Amino acid sequence: MANDSGEKPETKMLDELEKGPWPSFVKEIKSAGQTSASAQDLLRQLELSYQEKKGHWKHGGLVGVLGYGGGVIGRYSDAGDQFPKVAQFHTLRVNQPAGWFYTSDAIRTLCDIWERHGSGLTNMHGSTGDLILLGTGTAELEPTFQELAQAGFDLGGSGSAFRTPSCCVGMARCEWACYDAMKLCYDLTMAYQDEMHRPPFPYKFKVKCAACPNDCVAAIARADLSIIGTWKDEIQVDESAVNEYASAGLNLQKDVCDLCPSKCMAWDGHKLSIENHECVRCMHCINVMPKALRPGKERGAVIMIGGKAPIMQGALLSSVLVPFVPAEELMDTLKELIRRIWDFWDEYGNNRERVGELIQRVGLPVFLDGIGLDPVPEMVSAPRDNPYIYFQVAKDGEK
Amino acid sequence: MPLFEVEGRSYEVDEDGFLQEPERWNREVAKDFAATEAIADLTEEHWKIIHYIRNYYLEFGIAPMIRKLCKETGHKLNEIYKLFPSGPAKGACKLAGLPKPTGCV
Repeated sequence: MANDSGEKPETKMLDELEKGPWPSFVKEIKSAGQTSASAQDLLRQLELSYQEKKGHWKHGGLVGVLGYGGGVIGRYSDAGDQFPKVAQFHTLRVNQPAGWFYTSDAIRTLCDIWERHGSGLTNMHGSTGDLILLGTGTAELEPTFQELAQAGFDLGGSGSAFRTPSCCVGMARCEWACYDAMKLCYDLTMAYQDEMHRPPFPYKFKVKCAACPNDCVAAIARADLSIIGTWKDEIQVDESAVNEYASAGLNLQKDVCDLCPSKCMAWDGHKLSIENHECVRCMHCINVMPKALRPGKERGAVIMIGGKAPIMQGALLSSVLVPFVPAEELMDTLKELIRRIWDFWDEYGNNRERVGELIQRVGLPVFLDGIGLDPVPEMVSAPRDNPYIYFQVAKDGEK
Repeated sequence: MPLFEVEGRSYEVDEDGFLQEPERWNREVAKDFAATEAIADLTEEHWKIIHYIRNYYLEFGIAPMIRKLCKETGHKLNEIYKLFPSGPAKGACKLAGLPKPTGCV
């Protein structure tokens, strides 16, 4: 698209945001503005917003493609007369490949499609996980969607839907992966196409798959259903490698044992001993000594529920729902669990109430009863710190 | 405010094409808007959903939740999408003359 006026946007205030050593979105939009008139109008409108200290995007907007109830977020400018190229500036969410792996051909194809139909501006990736295509008019939505579909891409979720699941790079690049997060993410995406494209719920429902407790996708903080890899047995220790770390100057006492949150490790100068039953899977020791320590051999995931960022109510971290599911049983367990959770939430959730908020409102025992799960000690947040719950070491022969 | 014009009749609509004068709604209005939502003919099934949404809105001042809509009309969600290709919020609510439903992106 050519610039109608032929003049460069005046961006005195925005120019300030180009200074400094860090990346700048202004620089990127200016670069897109060399070939895209809407990127130029975007700069002009943003400059005005900075001058007036006032946003110019209207609230809401309801646009979409036929057959889908989500995937497009309507954006309208309230200064469309001044900046006609951003009067309509809708966003498309494109379902990302699991682990965000693309061939360069795929990225070129996507960018070519977007330069033909939109502003050319992308956001790879948005906090939802999707590939975000920023800025186009209503008339371009359907043609863009058709071309994306031809290229093998689909729209993601938006609104009160099962949102596009996302995952860490998992087994593709990471030796700590306790289950195949990319496969699970893909399988979940395919299993819940209906719920993703046709929003059926009281509010959004997000699933994120992290393959180990490092939780690189921040599933625990951002997903209603967090699936976080873990292990059931003992941390694998390579003693000679531990000693190599020590002789190379690592202070095991100070930098490993003292920083263990449950103080489950001891270092006597020769041998690292770990009280595995006290381990809370924080990953610190493994992160510090990746050559010496590895997650255990009996691997799987913990399923947690209720995480969310603050919108209607405050932020919540996920709580444990199922303490351990073996890797090979994950998909079957999740399908059954998700069905029960959705049934309960659909029945009792208020409009715009996340499942975590519902659990807070009715109480975890009622929720567990509703979905047919028995309570277990792992569900108690910070069990060792809670004075109302008394733990006793089991005597011999007792369960 | 944009105008939606069809066969000599014109309606004030918002930028997404939702009727801005709810008191003007009648069956003719719904028929006029059907063409904008890729619906060739309004069948009894369409009317059942439109009337349910309309009555709910007149009683409570908001659009019904999806679950309630499905339950009360006896339609599964994907059936509603077959009737209204752009979905219950954009398609059915527009034909029922509701203002644009608010939701979260």
